[in-house]
Amino acid sequence: MAPIVRIENLTKSYASGFQALKGVSLDIEEGEILALLGPNGAGKTTMISIVCGIVTPSGGRVTVAGHDVVKDFRRTREIIGLVPQELTLDAFETVFNTVAFSRGLHGRKPDPALIEKILRELSLWDKKDTMLRQLSGGMRRRVLIAKALSYEPKVLFLDEPTAGVDVTLRKEMWQLVERLRATGVTIILTTHYIEEAEEIADRIGVINKGEILLVEDKAALMQKLGRKQLTVELAEPLEAVPEGLAAFRLRLGEGGQSLVYEYDTAGERTGITALLAAMAEQGLRLKDVSTEQSSLEDIFVELVGDAK
Amino acid sequence: MNFEAIKSIYAFEMARTRRTLMQSVVSPVVSTSLYFIVFGAAIGSRVQEIEGVPYGAFIAPGLIMLTLLNQCIGNGSFGIYFPKFTGTIYEILSAPISTAEIVIGYVGAAATKGLIIGTIILATASLFVDITIAHPLLMVVFFVLTAVSFSLFGFMIGIWAKDFEQLNIIPMLVIPPLVFLGGSFYSIDMLPPFWQTVSHFNPVLYLVSGFRWSFFEIADVNPWISLAIVVAFLGACLAVTAWIFRTGYKLKN
Repeated sequence: MAPIVRIENLTKSYASGFQALKGVSLDIEEGEILALLGPNGAGKTTMISIVCGIVTPSGGRVTVAGHDVVKDFRRTREIIGLVPQELTLDAFETVFNTVAFSRGLHGRKPDPALIEKILRELSLWDKKDTMLRQLSGGMRRRVLIAKALSYEPKVLFLDEPTAGVDVTLRKEMWQLVERLRATGVTIILTTHYIEEAEEIADRIGVINKGEILLVEDKAALMQKLGRKQLTVELAEPLEAVPEGLAAFRLRLGEGGQSLVYEYDTAGERTGITALLAAMAEQGLRLKDVSTEQSSLEDIFVELVGDAK
Repeated sequence: MNFEAIKSIYAFEMARTRRTLMQSVVSPVVSTSLYFIVFGAAIGSRVQEIEGVPYGAFIAPGLIMLTLLNQCIGNGSFGIYFPKFTGTIYEILSAPISTAEIVIGYVGAAATKGLIIGTIILATASLFVDITIAHPLLMVVFFVLTAVSFSLFGFMIGIWAKDFEQLNIIPMLVIPPLVFLGGSFYSIDMLPPFWQTVSHFNPVLYLVSGFRWSFFEIADVNPWISLAIVVAFLGACLAVTAWIFRTGYKLKN
């Protein structure tokens, strides 16, 4: 199946000369949840803004459901929903009216029953006649989501939906994303929170300084995450890994002071007992033992750090 | 054509007008009434008729134009400036709507509001002075064309303005001199020849003169030239607006 969003070699330079995107390519499959991780200023929002039509690309091309976002903007924007990062809302509108306004803007006939359903789902129904400026930050975030859902988008961009949101609302947000996915909506969310990506995404992309560094299935990434390292510090340095330990595929640490063993925590047997027994057999004296698990955070920090 | 979107923007803007009914409707009525009391009744009674029209009635078309211009520019500029200021413009830019539809929505609402207030001022004026409309159809044409052109002009100011000061600078500094020196309160025949010539470069002269002709059949310039100027101004505003959206000027990066 063709990807629902195809980003090809997208570039964006601002008038100041700042290059926000340096040739980004990304395919987003229909029905998936893609999390884009990246530090501030990585280009996440610029990329989303181009897909949604708020920013004009400098080069490259984006198609949504096969339509070009610039030439065929009507077709693409009809099916794209956007929940922006900033809590930008009118001050004097009521909750219900602002949501109904969004639906109208997207060319949909009024449907109060649907809006009621959305507002109830987001626990906003009792606030429907409240003026927007009287709402708390969390409520405003929900209103922005309600606005984006009001026209039943097929592709939904959530730009840092849980930034500055309390734990309860964050959990609710994750459940909402799950429910939306069940209805076939494709969801692209940007986040700083690695646990958020781990929790809800099917695929995870890492973006930094206008470049996509990695896009991988969460499962594959988690497998990497499942790897653990056992480091055995030795009392006396070694020149090479002793032949008797070859089966464990050990790596000699810096200065021959340690031996590093990698194992899979998910495996039936970790092989640690056998390794330690074999080491004793070889007559090695151990000074210390430590284990370390690589996390998505490590991978992220490593990738972003390398790019600096 | 995304009619639902046009309807939504229009309704949104009209709702804003209803929320601010006092300042939108009541204040122009009060200020115009003051003009009629001062210039119409107090001073006007000592001013001789101009080409057979009593002074109080003579200034009525000019006062209606003054209010119409201010209202249309104010509404047109504020309607688009505010979403830009708060950031809610993102929603307009990411919606499946064309430039023309955005303009019809915002400018249509601003012009409607201007026309409603203009009509109220006309009704108010008729309480103070005798008003006859010789050419109602032409009067309506001038009325509507002026409302649309200046709402569009306001819309452009709203897009151009970086802050509230810039938003107000044209309505406050440019429009009043143009209106006051455009023959709203006098016939330019009363001016020295040099200032008569200068006045002919003032677009508002043509508006007021044409509009007044539709009431009293007296004019400083040929009403058809007035009409042509109004249409040309509208065309220029349309062209600039089209350019703004094509290039994304001050709207998009």
